[in-house]
Formats: sequence, structure tokens, C-alpha cells
Amino acid sequence: MVVETIAAAYHPGEHHYFESGGKQFLYLVPSGAVFGLSGLSQEIYSLLQSCPLSGEELSMELGRRGYSPTEIQVTLDEMVDFDVLSSGIPKKTFPKVPEKTFPIQRIVLNTTNQCNLACGYCYEYSDDKIASTKDKPKFMTDSIAKAAIETLMKESAGRSSLHVTFFGGETLLNYPLMRDSVQYATARAKEAGKTVDFSLTTNATLLTEEIADFLAENRIGVTVSIDGDKELHDRMRVFHNGKGSYDIIAPKIKMLLARHRTNSIGARVTLSEGVREVRRIYDHLTQELGFDGVGFAPVTASPDRLYHIGGHSMDKVLVEFEELAWEYRDHAIKGGRHYFTNVEDTIKEIHLGISKAYTCGAGLGLLGVGTTGELAACHRFVDSPVAQMGNVIDGVNHEARHDFLEKHHIGARTDCHTCWVRGLCAGGCYHESYIKHGLTDASNLTSCDRIRGWIDLCLRIYGEIGIKNPKFLERFDDN
Amino acid sequence: MNSLHAFNRKARKLEEARVAETGDVEALQKNKKHGRVYYPLGCTLSFNPGWEVDVSGGTAGLCAPVERDLFDCYLGCAWPAQVPDHVSNNPDWTTKCNSAANDWRNVDVIYP
Repeated sequence: MVVETIAAAYHPGEHHYFESGGKQFLYLVPSGAVFGLSGLSQEIYSLLQSCPLSGEELSMELGRRGYSPTEIQVTLDEMVDFDVLSSGIPKKTFPKVPEKTFPIQRIVLNTTNQCNLACGYCYEYSDDKIASTKDKPKFMTDSIAKAAIETLMKESAGRSSLHVTFFGGETLLNYPLMRDSVQYATARAKEAGKTVDFSLTTNATLLTEEIADFLAENRIGVTVSIDGDKELHDRMRVFHNGKGSYDIIAPKIKMLLARHRTNSIGARVTLSEGVREVRRIYDHLTQELGFDGVGFAPVTASPDRLYHIGGHSMDKVLVEFEELAWEYRDHAIKGGRHYFTNVEDTIKEIHLGISKAYTCGAGLGLLGVGTTGELAACHRFVDSPVAQMGNVIDGVNHEARHDFLEKHHIGARTDCHTCWVRGLCAGGCYHESYIKHGLTDASNLTSCDRIRGWIDLCLRIYGEIGIKNPKFLERFDDN
Repeated sequence: MNSLHAFNRKARKLEEARVAETGDVEALQKNKKHGRVYYPLGCTLSFNPGWEVDVSGGTAGLCAPVERDLFDCYLGCAWPAQVPDHVSNNPDWTTKCNSAANDWRNVDVIYP
């Protein structure tokens, strides 16, 4: 009898409640939909906070408050249809694991495993490295790059818009390969009636005017790894002789920003224990250097490294993140631009209502390619003992890829099953998990509270922008 | 939608999908909502020769004779066609026409 009563009663569906701009909202899980509450729906939601109530109980109470039976039923039906309320025993539903033939859309070419810098925290070379480059070619050859592009063409199936990312080591140590690959991929995509675009990650030490012009001509998006002003940047990002790289790269970045205006040029900041002055870094990179996008990420490191950001420091970082995020809101409400991409990326996902089955595209729509042509889930696992998925000569190992996708699917991550941000987080970076826990599929539980706090903040910011300047959000609609 | 407001794009899509499933008939002259599928009603489901003539210039060879088409539009369909409407303005238009095949000439022209 008890079960029947519960089954027949209304109770809130899985959601996160937040308030913004004086209004009440629900972020629904797993759909990712955001609904505003007012009037009757607000009263129903509030009545169901303490315990589930049957339709009769609700109708009686709401009737006393002046609502007609029809409007109560219409609103209840609507709330049930959108999963704001549930009138039965809640079921967890998860999307399915994709088919083995799920198309690839992006490859990341590690054009070299060499680097002219020796940044203390680098996951490729420092204490936490997982890639073994012994006896492997230092530079990717033209034939391997072409075979990788052919793999992309073949495995992309019906997808018409493809991407190639150039990565390293330091990518520009193998600039000729990048130049030739852009040409080759463009021609091959054209033959196949597809489009291909490119992006580059670089430390900027080797940029020249010729390279900048090439990047501009081919509309190649650029991400520059830079950690702030000279003092902060040079703490970690040094040459092999220990000398800081800031003085070399600052003029080159200004040159690049002046010559290359056909695609975005963003800064990627790695925060570490000695480098976590978010506001100062942001101001320097946007005002002094002129970047139009700055993204921050805490260093990937095991907790016993000196440069690892501990919980207390991370909380301080988040205080500065929050300050910048509110600044983003102020700019957005006035219709202006702000360059803090961490908040922009999250707000875009909230706006679209993205609900992920996977943390990222690794192994799904994206594969990393090492200098030997080995394929891995992403560029971070290239040449490592895990997440390997075939090679560009023999083709993608679809069995291995499917196993990876099954293992890392949100449905398999039981730690995440009761978490309301799972549609946006989906468990966290596989590489970070591997460094910290030795497993690619362990959820990064130590970060969960901070991630939930961050998403809640972004939801509140999103709500306020949506109320005060909804037009601002239209920019996210078509992308 | 009254007290529950679709706020982000996903919520709007859910709302559109719900309206498409449960919504009322909607005039197509209204701006088409994104993502909404419209199903035509009545004679618009097929290309009906309607008031046209056949290759000989007559109406006898049409797959749906004008006589039948006339009554389809007048009585059976709320679609605004080139006939007076039975519902509100001209309920008596065909009272002199007991058998469409024989009496169709009695159906007169209406001057608005």
C-alpha cells in the first residue's frame, strides 16, 4: 500500500534549484533544460518540498489558495511532461553507448614529442609523464600525417565538417609538417565535399611573421600556452637552461595578434601552486597583450607534487574565478565583450542544454595521433600504455575504442549517478584521473564540490543575463 | 504556458515538442515555430484538380469532378477554399441542390 501511495504521488524530478535576478529556476537533470517558476508552478514546487503529495491533496490545498481545478491539472500535466515533477517511482535513464561505427570528427596530430621548453609541470615530460617516447621518432613524418588525414576522411563517414588540431611537444618545431598537412587535408576534404578547419597549440617561442601569415591565410585558430606576466610566466615556463620564456614570446604574441585576425587567438593558462593570481593574469593577458580569450585550468598533477594546487589554494583560485565571472555577467548585460572563456564555455553549454554522456570527445569524435601513427583516445594518451586505439596504417581498433566508450560512459560511472551536474561534467578528464588515481575511469571526486559550485554560479549568471539581456545569449544559438 | 517558463534553448525545444504532440490546430499564416512539424488537413493532403478542367476543356475526365470537389470544400472541410463557407456566412448556399450531379447548376455565385 505504501508503495502504491508513493507511486501515485507527485514529487519533484531530478533537478537543481537556483535563484537569479529575483526569479526562481530549475535546472533539470538529465535533460539540461532550464525552466523559470512563477505563480502556480512555484507554489506546486514549494508544496512538494517536504513530502510527495497526491493530486487530490495538491488540488485541495491549491484550491484553497484560489486556483481552479483546470488550471491546477494543466500545470501539473505540463510539469510532469517536462520532468519537473514525477508522478511515479523515479527511473534513472542514461543515453546509450554509441555504435562502433560512430564517426570521428577531429584528430589531434602530435607533430613532435620534442619541446624547446622545460616547463616544470608538463604532463609530457615531468614526474607525472605517462608517455614513453623511447625508440620512437621525434618528429611525425609527412607520410604518417597523410595517413592520419586519410583515417580521418574514412572514419568521418557522413560528417561534413572536420577538424585537425596540431599539437606537440612544441608543435612549431615541426612547422613544415603542419604547413603541408593543412594543404593536404584541405585538398582531400574538398574532393570529398567536406570542409576542414584547423587549430594549433603552441608555446609561441618559434612564431615568425611567415608562420603568422600562414595561420591567418588558413584561418587557423591558435591557443597560446602562457601563464601571465613575466614574473608569473617565468616561474614554470622556462627553457632547458632554466631561463624564462616570457621575453621571447611577448613580442611574438603581439606580432601574431596584429597579423592574424581571421580566427580566434586564445591564451591557455595553467594554474599551479606558484601561479594562481587569476585576476592579475587575466588583466595582463587581455590588456597588455591583447588576447580575446583567456582560459584557465589547474595543472594536472598528482597531489604530492609541489606545484599541485591543494584544496585550500584551489578555493582561493575559485574566489577569483567568481569575481571574474560576475564581471563577465556585467559585461554581458551591457552587451559588451568579456574574455574569460571558462565562464563563456559553461554558459554556452547551459544555454544549449547540453547533457553529456562523456566528459569530452576523447575516443568518441576525437582521436590523438602520435609521431609513429599510433592512435589514442586523445593527445594526452599518445604513446602511453592506456587508451590505445590502433594506428593510422592498419586503421582504428574499433573493438578497443568501443570498450573505452563503454567503460567511460556516464551510465557506467556509478559515482556520478546521483549528481546533478553529471550532464555537464560527466565525470572529469580521463587523463587527470589516470595521473591522480592510476585509472582512467575514476571520477575525480575531490573536485566534485567545486565543480558543482562552479556550475551553480554559472547557472545564476546565465539566469541573470537571460532576464536582463536575452539578446546576448543568441550568439550561442547557432554554434 | 503560463507559470512555467522555458528559459534555455533545451527547455524551449521540449516545449515545442510538447506543443507538437498535444497542441491545437494552428493557422499556417502564423509565423512557423522552429522545429514544429505541420500536417496538412483535408483536401490539401492531395493535389486535387479542383476547379480546373481536363484535357478536353470539360470537367468529366477529372479524377475528382468539380461537383464532388465543391461539396468537399463547402461541407466537409474548414479549409478556406474558393467556395462560400458553410459554417458561418452561407449556410443555405446549397439548399436548392439536392443532388449535386443533377442540380449543381442551381448553386449560384455569391457576391460578398
